[in-house]
Amino acid sequence: MTALAQVHDQTSDATAANKMQVLNLAVYYGAFRALADIDLDVLEHRITAIIGPSGCGKSTLLRALNRLNDLIPNARATGQVMLDGVDLYAPGVDVVDVRRQVGMVFQRPNPFPKSIYDNVAYGPRLYGIHDKRELDTIVERSLGQAALWDEVKDLLPKSALTLSGGQQQRLCIARALAVEPEVILMDEPASALDPIATLKIEDLMRQLIKDYTIVVVTHNMQQAARVSDYTAFLLMDEKRAGRLIEYGPSRELFTNPQDKRTEDYITGRFG
Amino acid sequence: MSVAVRARSRRRYQLRRLTNAVMLGLTGLATVAAVLPLLWILAYVSREGGRFLSLDFFTRLPTPVGVPGGGVSNAIVGSAILVGLACLFAIPPGILAAIYAAAHPHTPLGVALRFGTDVLSGVPSIVIGIFAYTVVVLPQRHFSALAGGAALAVIMLPIIVRTTEEMLKLVPVNLREASLSLGAPEWKTTLRVVLPAALDGVITGAMLGIARVAGEAAPLMLTAFGNPFLSTDITQPIAALPHTIFVYAIAPYKDWHDKAWTTALVLIALVLALNVGARLLIGWRRRQLSGR
Repeated sequence: MTALAQVHDQTSDATAANKMQVLNLAVYYGAFRALADIDLDVLEHRITAIIGPSGCGKSTLLRALNRLNDLIPNARATGQVMLDGVDLYAPGVDVVDVRRQVGMVFQRPNPFPKSIYDNVAYGPRLYGIHDKRELDTIVERSLGQAALWDEVKDLLPKSALTLSGGQQQRLCIARALAVEPEVILMDEPASALDPIATLKIEDLMRQLIKDYTIVVVTHNMQQAARVSDYTAFLLMDEKRAGRLIEYGPSRELFTNPQDKRTEDYITGRFG
Repeated sequence: MSVAVRARSRRRYQLRRLTNAVMLGLTGLATVAAVLPLLWILAYVSREGGRFLSLDFFTRLPTPVGVPGGGVSNAIVGSAILVGLACLFAIPPGILAAIYAAAHPHTPLGVALRFGTDVLSGVPSIVIGIFAYTVVVLPQRHFSALAGGAALAVIMLPIIVRTTEEMLKLVPVNLREASLSLGAPEWKTTLRVVLPAALDGVITGAMLGIARVAGEAAPLMLTAFGNPFLSTDITQPIAALPHTIFVYAIAPYKDWHDKAWTTALVLIALVLALNVGARLLIGWRRRQLSGR
């Protein structure tokens, strides 16, 4: 039995606590409803994958979890997104605090045009950490967690743009880890990378859930099956609103889907 | 394929090749026509002005008519002060306005700002000179470098706002999102990520603005007025290179005409040096970032 399969076996337990809870979430862009009736539990120290065909609202759902959709004019959300029992959309909740707790890694590596060190130190500095020794510790720890330290420890003052695509993506992960978020959202984190860099990112994700909780959007079903503990399948209805069709432990969803549409999708009949 | 079809096809091909050659020739000619005036001006000014160029021309004050030698140090210092003042007045508010316009393009203020800067960039500089004369010179009751700097700043402002806004818009959205999703507020994101990422473009915009106002004479006649002596007092009238060119060029004296050419050469050289300097700086910054 492979290591990954063993990890999956452990996830059939019921001991994992609920980290985030999505309750009756709908997201609108103007009058257009992009997501409807989403209910989803994100379990602590687990990887939850969101899969579905293009345009079904995967990214919209992910970006609703740290309120990044707020940036889009006319976008609004109804329903609740709870993090440790607190509704992130409740009046009086500061969106900046939300994003400090729910970090994000994007599809294309997007390091800042600064040095490797400054990229990782960006978040801690925002929070008022300016002590050189403290920053050094955070940078080393974060790059270590992102499995990048050994490759860049002698290159810290160099521009982040000198790194390869896969290294840049791990740097972006390190940058997100440096602020120790509760949850890390990943929007197709490996789709712009080659197979070997992809494998590294997937290994890294399995390592990271010892300390973190991850939600990942992917349109690569093999990746979802390989890497995730739980999978949510989204599909748009006849009004083009994304709906949650099926949600469950990845092994069950991929081997024994309950819904005909899930089965059709994962067996490649459409998508 | 029949013989007739093949012949027709060959004729069409030859016609296409001919058209291609003619059009290529025309565009090449147009390119030469576009570059020719620049080269012509540079060559002519170098020839006419180069003859009297000396170190003295940079370090000495003007001499009276008929007295050989002398220079335009007062105008060089004056132009530096005027352009410096214009930068001081135009660049900070210009960048702030551009940040607003880039962040809120569709709000009434954003639309008004864009429309306003477009209109402003079309206003003749002499009109801006009259404006500065009315709001700065008249209340002060005398000409001053300050008034000249203000007039030049008004000319510079729309250039700064528009180029900066365009450059800010070119910064990838996902850089902003990366910063925001680390819990950075909008203003810190703009200050620490977006503006540095757009800095090359912002510098280029500032250089365009400087090059434009460094050559303005008309608004300075009504504001800075000119000064035959070296002055660094911004509350007093001050000399400027383009204004000096104008004064020398309309005078009926041969030696002043020669000095007008030399002053023009100095002005072009200084603006060019500033531009090349900025390009080198930008190139160096790019190399630092890309690690090559």
